[in-house]
Order: sequence, then structure tokens, then C-alpha cells
Amino acid sequence: MSELLEVRDLRIEAPKKDEPAVKIVKGVSFDVKAGEVVALIGESGSGKTTISLGSLAYTKPGLEFSGGTIKLKGDDVLTMEPQGVRNLRGNRVAYLAQSAAATFNPALTINEQVTESAVLHGVMTQDEADVRATELYHALELPDPERIGFRYPHQVSGGQLQRLMAAMALVGRPDLLVLDEPTTALDVTTQIEVLKAFKKVIKEEGSAAIYVTHDLAVVAQVADHIVVLYSGEVQEQGPVDQIINNPQHPYTKRLMAAAHAGPKPGMGDKLSGDHDKDVANMQVKNMTAGYGEIVDGKPAITVLRDINMSVKNGHVVGVIGESGCGKSTLARVIAGLLPPAQGEVILDGNILKGSYKSRAKRDLQKVQFVYQMADTALNPKQLISEILGRPVEMFQNLRGKAKREKVAELLRLVELPVEFENRYATELSGGQKQRINLARSLAAMPEIMLCDEVTSALDSIVASNVVNLLKRLRDLTGVSFMFITHDLSTVAAFADEIVVLYAGRIVEQGPVDEVLSPPFHPYTRLLISSVPEMRIGWLEETMQKREMAVGIARGVEITDIGCPFYNRCPIAIAGTCERTSAPTYELKPDHFISCHHTAEEIEAIEKAPQQVLHGFEKAAPDDDVIVKPL
Amino acid sequence: MQRMVIQRIFIGIITLWVVSVLVFVGTSVLPGDVAQIVLGQAATPETLAAYRAENGLDQPLYMQYATWLGGMFTGNLGISKAGGASISSLIGGRFANTMFLAGVVAIISVPLSVVLGLLAAMYPATWIDRVLTFGTLSLISVPDFFIATFMVLIFAVNLGWLPAIANVSPDDTMLETIQASAMPLITLIIVVSAQMIRMTRAGILNVMNSPYIEMSILKGVTRNRIITRHAFYNAIGPIVNVIALNLAYLVSGVVIVETIFAYPGLAKLMIDGVQTRDLPLVQACAMIFCGTYVVLIILSDVAAILSNPRLRNPK
Repeated sequence: MSELLEVRDLRIEAPKKDEPAVKIVKGVSFDVKAGEVVALIGESGSGKTTISLGSLAYTKPGLEFSGGTIKLKGDDVLTMEPQGVRNLRGNRVAYLAQSAAATFNPALTINEQVTESAVLHGVMTQDEADVRATELYHALELPDPERIGFRYPHQVSGGQLQRLMAAMALVGRPDLLVLDEPTTALDVTTQIEVLKAFKKVIKEEGSAAIYVTHDLAVVAQVADHIVVLYSGEVQEQGPVDQIINNPQHPYTKRLMAAAHAGPKPGMGDKLSGDHDKDVANMQVKNMTAGYGEIVDGKPAITVLRDINMSVKNGHVVGVIGESGCGKSTLARVIAGLLPPAQGEVILDGNILKGSYKSRAKRDLQKVQFVYQMADTALNPKQLISEILGRPVEMFQNLRGKAKREKVAELLRLVELPVEFENRYATELSGGQKQRINLARSLAAMPEIMLCDEVTSALDSIVASNVVNLLKRLRDLTGVSFMFITHDLSTVAAFADEIVVLYAGRIVEQGPVDEVLSPPFHPYTRLLISSVPEMRIGWLEETMQKREMAVGIARGVEITDIGCPFYNRCPIAIAGTCERTSAPTYELKPDHFISCHHTAEEIEAIEKAPQQVLHGFEKAAPDDDVIVKPL
Repeated sequence: MQRMVIQRIFIGIITLWVVSVLVFVGTSVLPGDVAQIVLGQAATPETLAAYRAENGLDQPLYMQYATWLGGMFTGNLGISKAGGASISSLIGGRFANTMFLAGVVAIISVPLSVVLGLLAAMYPATWIDRVLTFGTLSLISVPDFFIATFMVLIFAVNLGWLPAIANVSPDDTMLETIQASAMPLITLIIVVSAQMIRMTRAGILNVMNSPYIEMSILKGVTRNRIITRHAFYNAIGPIVNVIALNLAYLVSGVVIVETIFAYPGLAKLMIDGVQTRDLPLVQACAMIFCGTYVVLIILSDVAAILSNPRLRNPK
């Protein structure tokens, strides 16, 4: 049979002046059959996005096609006239990008953007396109499908926007969808919700798709066929079952090894005597914080409530929770970027001033912040030697040769060549930039480093290298870490203790192996169940589970009274949970949980997993949506 | 959003008040005694004192300020110290002339610059863009008096097409007025358009690097539609700001152009006022200029707020 898309010996390169061109894609061939989902997997730099964009006859600026053919139903897209290319894009092949938030034009309504390409290509009239868009909003299980299109992109959530982008791609009934890491930037819970919607709609529409990702667990859920890429070349390709369960190529095996096995107890290192110093280094006591004017110890918008936690010397505390739970806010309070409304932050027995402005230089030095996006945290106009030299000069008071030696030492510490000091951050790869970002914090010789999602933007192999580096830094320097992430597997492998934040409150905290073994707080359970497993059919199985039914349908809402997880909790007690705050009790030494159920009750429910106490009837998908009239 | 707009207007009023204090204090500490200047060197101390008492100049400064500010509100701008005419009547005609000049320049230059800026952004690195970039950069870097003098040299002295002096009077017909003021008009259009074209182009091209523009390319949207529908809406804020600053310049900053062409506008009136130590006149002109700035900036802020869907439609 004739294939829908035939890619043969595709070559793409970056031409350079006076130098041979850099080859990005080196002779890639694969096919996509009608109705089939083909996954392109590989780490960053493997050329997977570049290849997928090729099917739209598009290259990023600075690249060009240098050979091969891409045939869509027999037409070579690379030799098309401009009119043919315009007709191809959005009409015959549609693209879904990684970040819907950046891909939607903030100034236009959602509906205009969703229907634009179908109307422009003359496939439908505006009215037909509007009807079709509304049908898709229904199919994608979006809230208030009749009216969501009249909103602007900033008025819907990230997960909803991601699904709206799918509607934008599907509206003109394209032959082929190109999905470029469409769930990578999302929380685990949101990722499931989006994956489920994508899978359903791809099946219903019968469209073929190219799915670009580095996440094998996701691939196992959606793909029919897998193409493994490395450095612009195909390493191995075959049916999903064969690649996942019986990989042949060494690179595929390496990818499998780097892919997480899901968070489980016992994945981390046992605490060595060295880094187990039983002194509380940093403590947060009865802290409440938020945004806006503080009146009587209450901010206008309260985010964090009554936070008590500590980080022992040389320990790693993982802070987990979905976006909007206050993880970054917690780090900002500790760093002094956001003064708390109540309570205090204690470091080495001394109460720290609320604002960084009034903290002593010595205190500032002890607490260092590492940002998620090394791209934006490092000044592109400064050499690495300047980026690292300034904090060395400021906090260690070194000048001249001593300063240069210190910078070289820092580079060695983060396992980068010393020659990098004469480069600009923009010349480095994502993983290298993140290492510089860490070295910049280490230059201050801190006691505690607040790492905010430092591995989230990196692909799995690079991320696991960075985590290994962090472990070595912890052992070498004795620095403690607060490690904020939504990636539970990383926490399971790296942290000593876990703090689970939900809607600004700590719902569970304790040693990592305790928190990751039953009995779970219902929220911890939802998070753990949402991490995709590298097993075909996992998605369907998981969606059958009780905690998913209510947990996935709703998002984080910060409430003033009661337990904020009430409306997503499968075992919530009506009349109690929404009225009074959950009591916090000690399950085991140092393992605290906040729930109206006792440990015995939770354990009993865990053992009878299908017994539903309460919750399903609340799962009506529409009542959680707050729609304001336009 | 309404709150933001009201806030802007409130801040504008505060700014105007602060400006009025600064203008009043600033002109009061200027050297030179009005009474002395008006009455001349021969005046006796008694006549000087009588003049001061008559004009309230012997009052404490804050009382003078209060009287002056009250006058501003009621439209009574005072009596010119150097001629005895009411300042309102002095300013009236000049203000109309200035508004005529600024209005005509704005009506022509704003659409012209936005269209040319869009054109340059639509076809970057083509001959259109290069000509526009070269032209606008050259014109921005040349001072306005040079352009004005150059125009006089060519059109009035060498070619003799247009009068060197823009001598407009209220009795002229429309055609005569336009002919008389053609050279200041053209000079100003050139000066303000160059900057607005640059900023429109830069604003659009800045937006053109956004991921949502790449997305619209991948949706098969034509380049013209991408610029007019997707990019322009997001670039309105900065563009409107530059337009507002340039329009404010048209009212207050055109002293040099008015002087070179002897155009009877407001800015020239103010210069004359300074030369004759006519403080009430200077104060009134200064307030009009500042007021124009504040009003135009408020308008551009409001336009920017209205063009931003996040502010227009909160969550």
C-alpha cells in the first residue's frame, strides 16, 4: 500500500560561511501509514524536531534542506511552489508545539486562532469552522465547550490550552499531525489529562501523527511505531511493542535505562554517615506567606499556610506538588525574595530577616537560589569567567589570580573544561548551561541551595547526569539542597526527605522511602499514580483507578477553610473535610501526614482499592469551571 | 481595567500639579525684576512699589501661586507684563496656529509612518526596507534646524517655489495658509516620521520572533496577514507610545523650526516671553506644553491598556 508520508534519505544542514556546513540530519528514512502514530524519540540534538518540521517543508532559521525527499501522498513537499507550501501547512499537515502558552497569540481570541487556518485555506466557511471547533472542544473534554472559544489564551489553564492547540491542529481535518513534545512542559496530572484527550481524538479522527518526544513512557502510551534517533541518524525503528519490550540497539537500551522506572521507595542512596548530620540547618516555622498587602499578618492572597519544615545539614529535601501549589513561593520566602506574613525562617539557629534587603551579606551568601531556566538566569553578554567571577569576588573577596583559580576550580567541580571560562553562555548546551548555573551558586559557598526545577527543562539523559553531579556536590561540599520539582522519580532517587505541598499546605512530609510507601496521603497517591509507566496500556489501566476519576478532572484551588484537596479526593468525608482543616499527625517518627482519616483508615482503604467512600458523584466535568461572562 | 485607567488619569493630574509648582517656582527664581523691566530704569521706588502692589507681586510666594493657579482654572491667565494685553488673547491665536501645524503634521505623518514601518517589517532586507532604513536613520541623525535651513536654501532661495517665511495670518484662505506653512509642515513631517517609522518597524520585528508567529507560519498564514493581524496587535503598545511622544514634541519642541520659518506659533511666543521677562506668559506656555505631554501620554497609556487583552479581559 502507498504510505501517507514517505521520508527518504532526508538531509538537513546548517550552512556556514567559509566552513563546511554542519550536518544536522544525516539521511533519515521512515514512513507513516494512514491512521498510524509514529514516535520520533531521542535526546536534544538528535534532530527529531528538525525532521518533524520537515514534513511541513519548514526549517528553523539558519537551516536548509540539502537532500532527500519527503512525500505526502506522493507529492514531494520539498519541491513545492510557495502556494503549495501554504496549502500544505495547517491544511494537509498540522503542527502542535511544546508550549501552547507561547504558541497562542495573546492578542486574539482562541476561536479566531483555532479556525484561522481552515478558513484561510478555504476548507470551510467561518460558520462551519466554528461548529467544527465546538465539536472538537467537546471531544477534547474541554470545560464549557460552547463558550471557551470566545476567551483569550491567558484566561484558560495550561492543560486546557494544550488541548485547544490540538483543536487548532485538527479543525481543518489534516492528513497528518505533527506533535512536538506536547506534554513535556506539563505536570504529571495534567500530562495524563492531555494524553488521554490526544489519544482519544487521534483515534476518533483517524488522522496519522508524528509524535516527537524524549519520554519513552509517554511513547509507550500513544505510539504504534517508534523511530529512535541519535545525532541526526536513525538508530533503530520498529513497532512500539518491539522497541519498548525488546530493544536491540545499544543506544535504545541506554535510553531505556535513563528513563525512570517510576518513583518507588529504595531508589535513593542510603544516607552515608558523612552527610547524615543530625542538625537542623534550615528551619521554617509556622510560616504563612502570599502576595499583596499584609494586614494583621494576612496577605491579600494567601499562598502558603502554616508551613513547618526543616532541612538538615547535608540533606536533600525534595518539594513536590503540581504547579500552583506554592513550591516556588516557598523557595522565594526562604531566599528572602518574598517576606513572610507570619512565622520565620531560621538558619543555623538564627532567625533570618524577612527580606533579602535587610539580610546581612553573610546570610545572603548562605542561601543560594538556582533557577530553572539557565538560559534566562545567565547573562548572555558576559563570559563564563565573569558570571562565576562576580560572586567569587563579592562573597570570597578574591581578586586577580586567586579569583581565576577559584573560577577554574568551580568549573572542575561541575565537570566542565576550564577553557569554558572564555565562552559565552549562549555557546553552551542546555546541560552545560545548567552546570554553570549551579557553579554560580556554589561560588558563594552556600550552606543551602534552593534548586527550582533545575532538571525539568532537560531531557532524561542530561537530567540524570545533572542529578549525579548534584549528589557528588552534596558529598564534596556538604551543602544542603531544597530540590523543587514535579518529577517524582528524580526526587525518589535523589532526596533524603520529601515535602508534599498541596494548595499552599504541607499535606505529607517525611523520609523519602516512608513517603513513597503506603499508606499514602490521597494527594501523594494521585501524584504517584500519575507518573507514566513504560508499559503499553498503562494509560487506560490508570484511568480506571479510583483516584484518577476525581483527581484528574480538577485542578489546584487554594481555599481558606477546610482541606483544599477535598474536591479532588476520592476518600473525602463530606461535611468534615470541606469545613475544617485536616489535623497533622505523626505516622512514624518524622513522617507527618495531614488528613481527617487516621492512618488505620487510610491503610484499610489502600487494601480495598475499589471501595469508594465518596467522590465519584462530584466528578461532573462541568461544575468545576468558573466561567465569567465576557 | 477601569481602575487602571482611572489610576493613570489620577497620576496625570498629580503630575500636572507638581509641574505647576515647578514652573511657578522656577520662573520666580529667575533673575530680573518684572516691575523694573516694565517701568524701565527711570522708575522711582514709589512707582515700582505701586506696580508691585497692583499686580500682587508684594504678596508672599504661596499666595501668588494660589492666585495664579486659581486663574489657570478659570481661564484667566493673567495680564502680560510686557504690553498689558491679556495673556489669553496673546496665546489664543498662537495656540490655534500651533494646533494647525501639529494637527496637519499628525494627520499626515502618523498613518504614513505606520504604513511605511509595516512595509519595512513586511519585507525585511529588501530594497524597500533598505531605502527606508537608510532614509530614516539619516534623518534621525540630522538635527531639525539643519533640515529646516536646507529646505529654505533649496525651495526658497534656489528654486523660489515657496516663501522662506511662514507668515500666516487669520485672514488668509486655506490655500494661502497651507502654502505659507508648507515648509515647516514638510520639515516637521520628516523629523517626526523618521522616528515613528523606525519604532514601528522595530516593534513589529520584535514580535515577529515570537513562537506564535512561527506557529502562524506553520498554519500556512500569508506573511501579510501575519503582520497585519498577528504581529501588529501585539506591537500597538510601544508604537502608540512613540506616536504620543512625537505629537507632544510637535506642540512644544518645535521652537527651532518655528524660529527658522518665523512661524507665529506657541513655542516662539514663549521664547519671546523669556526675552522680555514676561513671566505670566512663560508660565502659561509652560503649563500648556506640560499639559499636552501629560494628556498625550495618558492617552497612549490608555491605548496600550486597551490593546492588551490581559488587561482588557482579566481572568
